Amino acid sequence: MKGGFQSRRAPLLGAYAFLVYAFLYFPIIVLVVYSFNGFGVGGFPPANWTLDWYRQLFTDGALWDAVLNSVIVAAVAVAIALGLGLPAALALDRTDFPGKALFRRLVLLPLILPGIITGLSLLMLFVAVGMKLSLVTITLGHGTALISVATTEIFAGLQKLERAQEEASLDLGANHWKTFWRVTLPNLRVSLIAAGLLIFTLSLDEIAVSFFLIGRDNTLPLEIWSRLRRGITPEINAISTLILFFSIGMILLWYRLRTRLQGAKESAAPLVPASIEGETA
Amino acid sequence: MTKAAPHAAAADPAATAATPILSIRQVIKQFGQRPVLRGISLDVAGGEFLTILGESGSGKTTLLRLIAGFEDLDSGEIWMAEERLDRIPAHRRQVNTVFQSYAIFPHLSVFENVAYGLRAKNTAKSEISERVTQALAMVKMGEFAQAAPAKLSGGQQQRVALARALVNRPRVLLLDEPLSALDANLRRQMQVELKSLQREVGITFIFVTHDQEEAMALSDRVALLRAGLLEQVAPPREIYGEPDTAYAARFIGQTNLLRAEVTDGIASAGTIVWRTVGAAGTATYSLRPECIRLANESAGIPFAATDVSTARFRGRIRNQTFGGAMDLIEIDCGNAHVIRARIANSGILSGEREFEFAADDAVRVREGEDA
Repeated sequence: MKGGFQSRRAPLLGAYAFLVYAFLYFPIIVLVVYSFNGFGVGGFPPANWTLDWYRQLFTDGALWDAVLNSVIVAAVAVAIALGLGLPAALALDRTDFPGKALFRRLVLLPLILPGIITGLSLLMLFVAVGMKLSLVTITLGHGTALISVATTEIFAGLQKLERAQEEASLDLGANHWKTFWRVTLPNLRVSLIAAGLLIFTLSLDEIAVSFFLIGRDNTLPLEIWSRLRRGITPEINAISTLILFFSIGMILLWYRLRTRLQGAKESAAPLVPASIEGETA
Repeated sequence: MTKAAPHAAAADPAATAATPILSIRQVIKQFGQRPVLRGISLDVAGGEFLTILGESGSGKTTLLRLIAGFEDLDSGEIWMAEERLDRIPAHRRQVNTVFQSYAIFPHLSVFENVAYGLRAKNTAKSEISERVTQALAMVKMGEFAQAAPAKLSGGQQQRVALARALVNRPRVLLLDEPLSALDANLRRQMQVELKSLQREVGITFIFVTHDQEEAMALSDRVALLRAGLLEQVAPPREIYGEPDTAYAARFIGQTNLLRAEVTDGIASAGTIVWRTVGAAGTATYSLRPECIRLANESAGIPFAATDVSTARFRGRIRNQTFGGAMDLIEIDCGNAHVIRARIANSGILSGEREFEFAADDAVRVREGEDA
């Protein structure tokens, strides 16, 4: 009875899953395929394959200026977010102060807040203090919006850090400052790198906040968006494909670092049963 | 091995007892509303191997952390020789700790782990390399100097933790249940090594454990901690042979507790009667199982109340557990009164037998307050 029931349902479930995945990924596949299509954005499947769009892309100065802008913005945003996220995470992990719960929620709020709200409020702030909109304002926007990401990642790393290690460092004569540099920070290295990668990727394709804070110079997503108003070109497909693979690479790297961090902690326990071998060796 | 010893000075606790290296005075510590240490006073002699023994929750680890400087005491003082230790921050105390979890730095090699304390004190490079090499040789880990800690077994990490602490030549080494994560065989082996290492370096060891056998095997003195108070501080043989309290008698080794009525130097617990000293009234006696032996019934010595230097009693054998050299025997003396005895080479016993013990082996103990 049960088997029959399942076999009747399985094909439906399979078809449903296929549709969901198709809905999610088919547009992306089309985009990638079109970036190699000799006829541009017409005719599917493409009749003749070409790398012309990529060739054209690499000679497009304006586009590469935008890429460079994006990379600079992302790099500085990483520095800002990590620089402010680390103390925030330390405060959340180590200290008890009145309003701590509120502080945690406030730090994490930008994670949930729609980009439009963040962008608009930052725009109003910058206008109020009379700052000219430029890449600087975008960088500040990305940096502050992504502090929450840095804080959560580093906080997770701190939670896994064995406190006895810091006590051991103090015990061995290193003061709190040396302990932080020689024990705490090296132990957070993987968390910091992982957070940095994630923030870099998020900043690179951020549009909502950037849109409000943009000055004369475009970041890559905004450059693409402005070109799209003149119609979709295969060149855009090509750059989008590159961004796609770059982002996937970064996220995979981040994910690997993260699982390695978790795995390292779990592997600490089975060391004990191995001790007999080690002793008799 | 002796070459590796940084401190060759002979460690005779008795000779240095006059000037304690560590003096704990009326220390009180609470966590919130919960009292953890309720007034601890304890002197530790230079070169001594002192074990703080107690059940979990007795406050033994807290006491260790107070000495190390990881916790602040609520009242009382801790002195190291002429120096008020509890006012000095942890990183400036001449005390090092071997942690229960070892707390080896995973991002540093074995060598760098051991060198950590020397680097923190800006020791010269050549001296660092010399002393680290010596310390690693002392714990037989010389060949692992460049290894990553993650590659080491629990026992090896233990050795690195020891070397990392000892290389700093602390005046007192604190060990927080360092052997509890090791399996039984390795544990016994490490106990022996730890003891000989301590004799070799001559450094005062304060060792925390909940394992009474470990405490007895290693220590010059055992400080038995119970619910934040010291129950008894004495050498293992003394604490075993002459426990102050019923708790001490029960916690260290097995014992029979006899509640007796004392009148005119004679104690009587049910039908068992023996000579004793001390005040009249109700008293509790501790009688170790191995102090009881089978009475020689064939000799036909009649039971005589006047000869009470040896107590005699009859009982039915309720249970006999084979234990190699000594069998554990449960003797039912009536009225649900069971006495445990350890008897050597007895063969299989059954039925009702007569037993005896020397009156001096029944040790009068205080009941002590219930915790």
